[in-house]
Amino acid sequence: MSMRANLLRLAGLLKALGFRGRSIVIGVPLWWLVLFFLIPFLVVAKISFSEAIIARPPYSSLIEWSGDGVMLIKLEFSNYAYLLEDSLYVSAFLSSLKIAFFSTVIVLLVAYPMAYRIARASEGARNILLMLVILPFWTSFLLRVYAWIGLLKTKGIVNNLLMSLGITSEPIVMMQTNFAVYLGIVYTYLPFMVLPLFTTLVKLDSSILEASSDLGARPMTTFFKITLPLSVPGIVAGSMLVFIPVIGEFVIPALLGGPDTLMIGKVLWNEFFSNRDWPVASAVAMVLLVLLVIPIMLLRNAQTASSEASS
Amino acid sequence: MKRQSWFLTIASTLGFVFLYVPIVSLIIFSFNKSKLVTVWAGFSTKWYGKLFSDPQIMGAAWISLKIAFISASLALVLGTLAALSLARFRRFRGKTLLSAMISAPLVMPDVIIGLSLLLLFVAMENVFGWPAGRGLTTIIIAHTTFCMAYVAVVVQSRLITMDASLEEAACDLGARPVRVFLDVTLPVISPALVSGWLLSFTLSLDDLVIASFVSGPGASTLPMVIFSKVRLGVSPDINALATIIIVTVAIGVAIAASRLKPRKGG
Repeated sequence: MSMRANLLRLAGLLKALGFRGRSIVIGVPLWWLVLFFLIPFLVVAKISFSEAIIARPPYSSLIEWSGDGVMLIKLEFSNYAYLLEDSLYVSAFLSSLKIAFFSTVIVLLVAYPMAYRIARASEGARNILLMLVILPFWTSFLLRVYAWIGLLKTKGIVNNLLMSLGITSEPIVMMQTNFAVYLGIVYTYLPFMVLPLFTTLVKLDSSILEASSDLGARPMTTFFKITLPLSVPGIVAGSMLVFIPVIGEFVIPALLGGPDTLMIGKVLWNEFFSNRDWPVASAVAMVLLVLLVIPIMLLRNAQTASSEASS
Repeated sequence: MKRQSWFLTIASTLGFVFLYVPIVSLIIFSFNKSKLVTVWAGFSTKWYGKLFSDPQIMGAAWISLKIAFISASLALVLGTLAALSLARFRRFRGKTLLSAMISAPLVMPDVIIGLSLLLLFVAMENVFGWPAGRGLTTIIIAHTTFCMAYVAVVVQSRLITMDASLEEAACDLGARPVRVFLDVTLPVISPALVSGWLLSFTLSLDDLVIASFVSGPGASTLPMVIFSKVRLGVSPDINALATIIIVTVAIGVAIAASRLKPRKGG
């Protein structure tokens, strides 16, 4: 209870100093996020318009003072022009969008039966199945991606199994391919899709489904006419929770993909850590941010829609 | 409904098998005698011995645990304040901004968060001389920022479902807001606070990308060391490390789930 007493004393002290409780509760997290989340984006935007130089830090200043006290603001659009000129960047953006789109579709197809099964399970089984979905999410993401290297290597577990079963005589090359990248993405992002789908499916009124089958609708018809349309908020939320982070994914293409796996997260990483070109890395980040604005707004709409439906 | 249920059973079972095959294979091959991680050569625990005698891994693990503990605790305070503001104050200036900023880190790609924070730290060092260089402090600030978003989401959903009449009754009886929070709200939301802290702790312990950007010399976290080892190929001592982490988390989640089962209607 001394912690409680101390907190009460602290509250009294702050009040005596003229702080209003409400403004502290709001102000502290608000200003923390403005300083460490919002302003950093402005810094990235600023540096994306500067020039790479060999110095510490390795970029030029936007503002220069000419001799007679006149301030000059120099904006370099060359970084953005460079992104358009070099086909590497355009194809990396397109390839990231493609990989994110198709892996979202695959995750949805794998996750839907799982979420449906959990939602229809008895209460005891439901808690255990939910736990089984959440548990991998709590264990290290990096190590779960690493686990696939041992499985997919040329002399790995999957190839050993296939060869001992006589399915193939030569090992199949799976590592450092786009197949491995898709597999890694579907694997690590599966829980992000199952959970929102489950939340909408479990709220589904089973009497509507019964009414539909009583009226003679076949299970398939009931599914496509009732279950699927009613689960759209879950589908949108889950899809965006997969699609948005996958576009910028770095770890999975770096560990499972090959040199021809183009993803924008990897390009940004290399631009920063290998080429040390901070302005171009910033320009890549700005373009990526602009690409993500629409999916993030879709996600926010889906989330407010589902929270309003539940309250 | 019976006709389609075989499809449902097979598809969902395959999904669960898919989730656990890599994890189980990691654990099995951590006890393999051979250095080859994929060919079974007999039972051995030597990789665990090798892991614990590796000063680089042990040092990085200690750094990561320190960072995770401090970041999770800071994120708990900041995230709870943000959740209180959004759930309990009807209207204030910056509410839309706060709610947008608190949900954006959940989906923002790590490379963007990492790069933008690093550039901020460099700019701040140029202007104010702080933070001098990069290391533990900058990683803690970065981790606190994205973890507080997770805390806020968990706590906010608990606050929304909580019966508001309890707080109103305490207010009507003359309790000051701080006392209402400590004596009424806090006990009700404490399971959410525990899970928010645990979630932040594991997320911080797991982060590779953001830490790589904002870290400096002498502050290599465990994921950074694992990543540089794994890039060179599979090594059985990493399997041993993975097994320890997975078993610890499984036990922790099982204990937490059995203790913190949410009460119905609460």
